[in-house]
Amino acid sequence: MDKLTIAPSPHVHTSDSVRRNMYGVAIALIPALATSLWFFGLQALAVLLTSVISCVVVEFLVQKFILKVPTTISDGSAVVTGLILAFNLPSTLPLWIVVVGAIFSIGVCKMTFGGLGQNIVNPAIGGRVFLLMSFPAQMTSWPAVDGTTTATPLGLLKEGLKSGKSVSEIVDIPSSSDLLLGSVSGSLGEVSALALILGFVILLAAKIISWHIPVAVIGSMFAFQGILYLCDSEAFIDPLFTVLSGGALLGAIFMATDYVTSPMTHNGMIIYGCGIGLLTVIIRNFGAYPEGMSFAILIMNIVTPLINRYCKPKRFGEIAK
Amino acid sequence: MDVSFILITVAALAVTGCIAAVILYFVSQKFKVYEDPRVGQVESALPGANCGGCGFPGCHGMACALVKADDISSLFCPVGGADTMGKIATILGKEVVASAPKVAVVRCNGSCDARARNLEYDGAKKCAILAANFAGETGCSYGCLGCGDCVDACQFGAIKINEATGLPEVDDDKCVACGACAKACPKGVIELRNKGPKNRRIFVSCINKDKGAVAMKACKNACIGCGKCAKECQFGAITVENNVAYIDFMKCKMCRKCVAVCPTHAIHELNFPPRPAAKPAEESAGQPKADAQA
Amino acid sequence: MKLSAGSSIRELPVPAEVKVPVGQHIGAPAVPVVKVGDAVKVGQLIAEAGGFVSANIHSPVSGKVKKIEDFVDANGYRKPCITITVEGDEWDESIDRTTAIRREITLEPAEIINRVKQMGIVGMGGATFPAHVKLSVPPGKKCEALIINGVECEPYLTSDHRLMLEHGDEILIGVKILMKALGVSKAYIGIENNKKDAIENLTRLASGFEGITVQPLKMRYPQGGEKQLIDACIGRQVPSGKLPIDVGAVVQNVGTVFAIYEAVQKNKPLIERIVCVTGKPLREPSNLLVRIGTPVKNLIEAAGGMPDDCGKVIGGGPMMGRPYSNLDVPVVKGTSGVTLMNKADSKRPEPSACIRCAKCVSVCPMGLEPFLMSKLAMLGRYDDLRDANVMDCIECGCCSFTCPSNRPLLDFVRLGKGKVGAQLRAEAAAKKAAAEAAKKAADEKPEAK
Repeated sequence: MDKLTIAPSPHVHTSDSVRRNMYGVAIALIPALATSLWFFGLQALAVLLTSVISCVVVEFLVQKFILKVPTTISDGSAVVTGLILAFNLPSTLPLWIVVVGAIFSIGVCKMTFGGLGQNIVNPAIGGRVFLLMSFPAQMTSWPAVDGTTTATPLGLLKEGLKSGKSVSEIVDIPSSSDLLLGSVSGSLGEVSALALILGFVILLAAKIISWHIPVAVIGSMFAFQGILYLCDSEAFIDPLFTVLSGGALLGAIFMATDYVTSPMTHNGMIIYGCGIGLLTVIIRNFGAYPEGMSFAILIMNIVTPLINRYCKPKRFGEIAK
Repeated sequence: MDVSFILITVAALAVTGCIAAVILYFVSQKFKVYEDPRVGQVESALPGANCGGCGFPGCHGMACALVKADDISSLFCPVGGADTMGKIATILGKEVVASAPKVAVVRCNGSCDARARNLEYDGAKKCAILAANFAGETGCSYGCLGCGDCVDACQFGAIKINEATGLPEVDDDKCVACGACAKACPKGVIELRNKGPKNRRIFVSCINKDKGAVAMKACKNACIGCGKCAKECQFGAITVENNVAYIDFMKCKMCRKCVAVCPTHAIHELNFPPRPAAKPAEESAGQPKADAQA
Repeated sequence: MKLSAGSSIRELPVPAEVKVPVGQHIGAPAVPVVKVGDAVKVGQLIAEAGGFVSANIHSPVSGKVKKIEDFVDANGYRKPCITITVEGDEWDESIDRTTAIRREITLEPAEIINRVKQMGIVGMGGATFPAHVKLSVPPGKKCEALIINGVECEPYLTSDHRLMLEHGDEILIGVKILMKALGVSKAYIGIENNKKDAIENLTRLASGFEGITVQPLKMRYPQGGEKQLIDACIGRQVPSGKLPIDVGAVVQNVGTVFAIYEAVQKNKPLIERIVCVTGKPLREPSNLLVRIGTPVKNLIEAAGGMPDDCGKVIGGGPMMGRPYSNLDVPVVKGTSGVTLMNKADSKRPEPSACIRCAKCVSVCPMGLEPFLMSKLAMLGRYDDLRDANVMDCIECGCCSFTCPSNRPLLDFVRLGKGKVGAQLRAEAAAKKAAAEAAKKAADEKPEAK
């Protein structure tokens, strides 16, 4: 007989793994991926592949030559970062900028903190915000579905309001059904609300995420925008447009739910989600940028340790005060 | 732009600054914590390793204790050694007694070939966890577990696991005898012993308290408590208790007679010149490499 | 998962030699009262309880005491053991060996508790807490409900399940005995609803007993944890650091109840128990009636022999059991099962970095944060660990089980729990010593005057 193994309990383990979770997210992104390929064609594919490949390569290089630790590129986390980064970029973006974004995402936002599980902000969002600040012109030139360049629905709205028009006078913003299906301009992944919701269903069914964060984000956005809309329907757009347009759904479902940078308890998740919703609504309506999702998530990522500190799970046997 | 505008700004800032400074001054007076200035001096004389070898949480704690104590002979910084203690004594104007330098000694000889690993441990690689759950991978429930808690505890890189023997080895030159490894070892295998003249020392490299036959079955190199060494010793330095021999380093005169009579080669001699008549193979059996080099 | 649920209880032949450890329970080890060479009968007292929290030990066989010395226990440490060479099978005359069911409870409550104590009954679910201690309700506290643990939520194990199917009447009488001893009118038998036949059997039989409710429970590990079970049965949560009796509950395992029935009605000490021998690689997973002290390897032999593809033999179930480091070790009072794992399942998957997915937090039945506690234990920050309620951990293993990064969370939490527990005990001891010193000083003062 061979040697017996000794180890402390438990002696069984779930089949769940980091890889399963990461590739699960990648699979959930497929519907949105397919729609963006449908609308933006091969250009979108080029951005996507560049982003994914450069993220994986950067992670590999950093781990191999700078940190000198075993490489973990096969766990799929770099792939997911690459995918989500690409989803936040316009399809017309020059590919070298995509590479710069990937280097910043993985190299700065993730590896400097110690790699997977240690980063403070979501690497993909860090990369996107970095690009938005560094290359504002390229990052805000969006291809429309018909091939011409136009502003995003939120951009159109912002421009219109700035020029003194009221909401009802801005005629060229798309309808809710357009937003749902995706025949609008925007970044790769944010055009079709329906495809993103399908992704949400996949993530929920595979138990990769819980419903708390996405529902809190979308719900609070809807609520806060609704309050503004009720106050003055001429100065503020209706809440349905808000939640369907821009990166709201992409952010709520795929970016805010990043394990590493979101709170650990369900209560914390709700606070975090509401924070994102509130900040997004504030930035969109009162800030300089038409879109505020990335900034909101970034800010709440940084608040997360604080939320974790104060939102503890309910202890068994604890008497409610 | 109007000049008065600038003047107003400057004046306003200056006034705010002054008010803040006054507030700060009073607050700092109110919350002032008095600290003996000598604490700072002593702390800067200490090595600053914060290893805890002195028994205080870090060098600051040690400095406070040194300043407070009337008699500092019981306090000793193992890292800085006699030099540092001398310096501190001058700062404080107190007496210091010289303490013999010590070194960490691994008192387990159960190398992989002498002590069969008949089980395989698959939990978190930490001696403390293994020891809390099981006796170990071998038949010996006293010896080194080999997960390297001592290596993690050492802040001076003085202890390493030898892959061939599976046992930790102490580098005499790097070891400062802070005792962190001895504290970290759940089995109590590591002992701080006098470094000895020219780093020469003799010790029983086993702490197995089982009866001879049981210990022998678990490990070929185990001390079986036969007592031959105790009989051989003319200085009464060796005692056998609970089936295991112990050499008192204060009494040991380094005659090496016990080494020769030990049937299981459990008594180790370190850094002695090779003796002319003795069998050389016997001497270095299971002896740590680093020590042999030193 | 429950491979042996369909196999009825078989009696294992008495081995040629038994080794009976004197420390089979929580608390002080028992003190041997026999000498080497003494002849003993089945059921004869061989070691006496070494304190209040301790238990008597009786000879499980008849024969001669061969030696009293240290022998390796399941963890590989050497512990004192009484070795008895078996000669025949002569039982102590006072034990009623008939199979007839005695329904009438003649003993008074205090006598029942005393009998339980004499017969060395301990918690048979695995915790081995002396049963009489739990039954002795401290003054000022009142037991309102008796809860019987028939959950058996450990995967694979079926010993309690078979017991409930084959000895339902005895269990219910046992429950009645306990109700009388504790002076309660209500008892709940909690059974996970994957054991439909056991629920059915006991529900049918319980209709003849007043005050006993069979409570089917959701199948959810660790439903059989004492605190979880109380919550599920009577909807009361035992607060941190408190005992079940603080919410008016006493919990006993069905195995213990059966042993209590035998002790009280048949005068039979705890000398044998049902052990479930199971596991994927095993040919014949079985439920065996085994004398205490039988070597574990005999059990595996009886269940189809040691399979080639076996990498780990666990004492208990796969979630909370502890692997044997040696198969010569004896069955003890707390051995509820022996689970064999095949080689592939014996190895833990390679751990990777924590991705902070919070799955350990959401599965923790005690509402703790295993990711945080294991990190704190790793760093040796035991004060913070205490604030993180580490002492509430019931070591169920859900966190390690569920971790997608395969991190050994429970290993470190358990380590931290050990350290914090030691700290707390040291503090309590220091406090007690200080109080005693103060008292002594106060006592001495008047004398001095």
